[in-house]
Amino acid sequence: MEMLSKKATCKSHGQDSSYFLGWQEYEKNPFNEDRNPLGIIQMGLAENQLSFDLLESWLARNPDATMFGSNGGSIFKELALFQDYHGLQTFKTELVEFMAEIRRNKVRFDPQKLVLTAGATSANETLMFCLAEPGEAFLIPTPYYPGFDRDLKWRTGVKIVPIHCSSLNGFRITKAALDEAYDEALKLNLRVKGVFITNPSNPLGTTMNQDEFNHVISFAVSKNIHIVSDEIYAGTVFDSSKFTSIIEAIMDRNLEKTDIWSRIHVVSSLSKDLGLPGFRIGMIYSNNETLIAAATKMSSFGLVSSQTQYLLSKLLGDKKFTRHYIQENQRRLKKRQQVLVSGLQSYGIPCLKSNAGLFCWVDMRNLLSSNAFEAEMELWKKILYEVGLNISPGSSCHCTEPGWFRVCFANMSQETLNLSIHRLQAFVTSNGDGNYQNQKLSTRISRRNSLVVS
Amino acid sequence: MEFSLKNEQQQLLSKMATNDGHGENSPYFDGWKAYDSDPYHPTRNPNGVIQMGLAENQLCFDLIEEWVLNNPEASICTAEGANKFMEVAIYQDYHGLPEFRNAVARFMEKVRGDRVKFDPNRIVMSGGATGAHETLAFCLADPEDAFLVPTPYYPGFDRDLRWRTGMQLLPIVCRSSNDFKVTKESMEAAYQKAQEANIRVKGFLLNNPSNPLGTVLDRETLIDIVTFINDKNIHLICDEIYSATVFSQPEFISISEIIEHDVQCNRDLIHLVYSLSKDLGFPGFRVGILYSYNDAVVSCARKMSSFGLVSTQTQHLIASMLSDEAFMDKIISTSSERLAARHGLFTRGLAQVGIGTLKSSAGLYFWMDLRRLLRESTFEAEMELWRIIIHEVKLNVSPGLSFHCSEPGWFRVCFANMDDESVRVALRRIHKFVLVQGKATEPTTPKSRCGSSKLQLSLSFRRLDERVMGSHMMSPHSPMASPLVRAT
Repeated sequence: MEMLSKKATCKSHGQDSSYFLGWQEYEKNPFNEDRNPLGIIQMGLAENQLSFDLLESWLARNPDATMFGSNGGSIFKELALFQDYHGLQTFKTELVEFMAEIRRNKVRFDPQKLVLTAGATSANETLMFCLAEPGEAFLIPTPYYPGFDRDLKWRTGVKIVPIHCSSLNGFRITKAALDEAYDEALKLNLRVKGVFITNPSNPLGTTMNQDEFNHVISFAVSKNIHIVSDEIYAGTVFDSSKFTSIIEAIMDRNLEKTDIWSRIHVVSSLSKDLGLPGFRIGMIYSNNETLIAAATKMSSFGLVSSQTQYLLSKLLGDKKFTRHYIQENQRRLKKRQQVLVSGLQSYGIPCLKSNAGLFCWVDMRNLLSSNAFEAEMELWKKILYEVGLNISPGSSCHCTEPGWFRVCFANMSQETLNLSIHRLQAFVTSNGDGNYQNQKLSTRISRRNSLVVS
Repeated sequence: MEFSLKNEQQQLLSKMATNDGHGENSPYFDGWKAYDSDPYHPTRNPNGVIQMGLAENQLCFDLIEEWVLNNPEASICTAEGANKFMEVAIYQDYHGLPEFRNAVARFMEKVRGDRVKFDPNRIVMSGGATGAHETLAFCLADPEDAFLVPTPYYPGFDRDLRWRTGMQLLPIVCRSSNDFKVTKESMEAAYQKAQEANIRVKGFLLNNPSNPLGTVLDRETLIDIVTFINDKNIHLICDEIYSATVFSQPEFISISEIIEHDVQCNRDLIHLVYSLSKDLGFPGFRVGILYSYNDAVVSCARKMSSFGLVSTQTQHLIASMLSDEAFMDKIISTSSERLAARHGLFTRGLAQVGIGTLKSSAGLYFWMDLRRLLRESTFEAEMELWRIIIHEVKLNVSPGLSFHCSEPGWFRVCFANMDDESVRVALRRIHKFVLVQGKATEPTTPKSRCGSSKLQLSLSFRRLDERVMGSHMMSPHSPMASPLVRAT
């Protein structure tokens, strides 16, 4: 008898992907400015480390965020005992206001329709458990976050059918791509339960435009399926006016009083906006009461620590702080992104034009030895082992075209970013354009030269 | 209209989202509702329902709060701890902070009297014990596979192990005639029954100390269980969430001790579940622990822990607290003393009116025998009696059937989630109820076996009063009668 379950022995956890393998290599030889200056620089981790000083100074000004107020009253016991899966009401109230603020208050959220979960990882899985039977499918635009293969499929048995997006139109979702994906699902005998979008997109760093909303919404209406919108990067938009939440998009089209309203579900988290991934604060928002009731019960398997809920209720309750934080954080992200984009641009590596996210979607097609995923893997390994940068290959994000890479820029210091650009520059210069094989000799010479120059 | 709307919802959402697998449609939630709508408060609502259905440990918060005040660096929000804020806040590695794992492993060793060692690399985080159980079910069983579990058992297992996993739980029926002990015969019988029904048994689920019984398993039974699972080549999940709530003899013996010292077995079959929700009273912090002796299970469970990691803010606090070994020693012993006092207070108070309880040495509750108050020996009668206790006596206790007990008339009563005044009020109400029922009997000693017969004498109120006031009915092993016992 097989001792462990099928789920335990299959590979659906997705951790054999290059996305995670790169991390492992990084762990073995991590860059450190002083202790290991030749180590691998982590550019595969979409973290926001740019604005911790703002959080830290808030903490210094607000000792009440501890569980002992300056008046001596302790709420430690209350918090330690609080395990109600409805969550701390004050926290949820502040959280929905923060979410609204990020969306320029074009959308107002009702805290009663919010479910707290242990990170967006848990929120996404919970939604799949609630919306689909094992073997049913969700359509997802490519390229997409590699973690979805684990989060959406592993324990739920749900399938993902890709909506292929192409660089020809900046990877935008088209009606044709949606229809093609749906037909593909039918061919595979899979019942489609919904479309899963990430907006702003990971790995593209772009926000959905009105055409895309039109396509996705009409499609979901006509097929009578769900739309899940993972808006985890909403707070990383460089300019708030350019981000439209799915809820706003539905309202703009006057569809609140129609069926689709109860088939819209938003996922978010404080891991990217506030840079607090360790605290495991995720959420599901939906107008579907039955869904909220079920997801709330399921959240028992991954509640948010009451201690953390309390801290965040204080932090988010300081409106002056949150307004300032949102703006300043966006400004810093934009500036960082520009450093990376212009740095890469200066030696002929274009990035997809983006306006959000903690990463750029970099076009390295002209560095490939051939237009094939094997060549992409070759290039990725070179960049990992020779250049010493862990970046994420497009294939790990299910991109249909080889040569694209996601490069993160917000999880390191300015100096480290400059160094990584410099390293890449040296590599690119030595490799040149076109077929690497033919230029092997000359590149070795020019690499030597470029190193001397720099 | 309503039906088609519901039907439509059911089509729109998965079966899992619309079925009863969460277990909350049980009639026993009426007790909670009664409490929620009319909660007892000593001054604001003295006639409200007293919550005795929640297994919480509130007895040592004074010590814990003092520790937190004196150790500001344990919080990343204080001036002393803020320098750790960023590194803690960005740490999302599912291995968990090393200091957290080390401190938890050490604490678990301490609770077991340092009789075993735990490897911090086998510690896997989970969303409470709730998450740990579900994760183990996902790792060890395919849908339709079954685990055997001795009755009575914690109702949450039905949800935790079955709801989203598709697993089944099959009872190993235990009876009051031998104090609900697990026997070789009952284990075999349950296993055979499964075989006959063509159900694949993948494992055995044990809760030690037991919820709801409050008993600890003796060495012989533990050896029998390990031998059983080893022979059948099935897994053993041992939930030791109440391991530090032991307050008297007999002592707690962990499954880890049995496999290290008492019996050879395939260690790949052994998995522990733990949490800080009961021992320390921190259910809000969601500190669940899964510990497995099986490398593949550790690896898989660790990946699955992404769905329910412990907040690093909390990991940091817990690491600081648990590594203060002198403090933890103090907590363990003080908690034990206070639990003993509370337990004794209640069980002696009940004994005064001839209400027996299963002899127990652990847990935050006791298993109360109200069989002789039943109109007849049926679960309908148990439900009737329970409704009276909720709505007239105004105590939310948990009826045995909700724990899958095979015999009607047993109730779990929690005692560690309230203050002393509430205890007195609760006891007064029980005494009054029993007297009114005309069912008060000769006081029983706390050690009486549940099978013993009782004299059916009706006592005058004054006589009962004298007995209670002058109570010295202690067995040699029970702790000193609390000076707080007053039944008037």
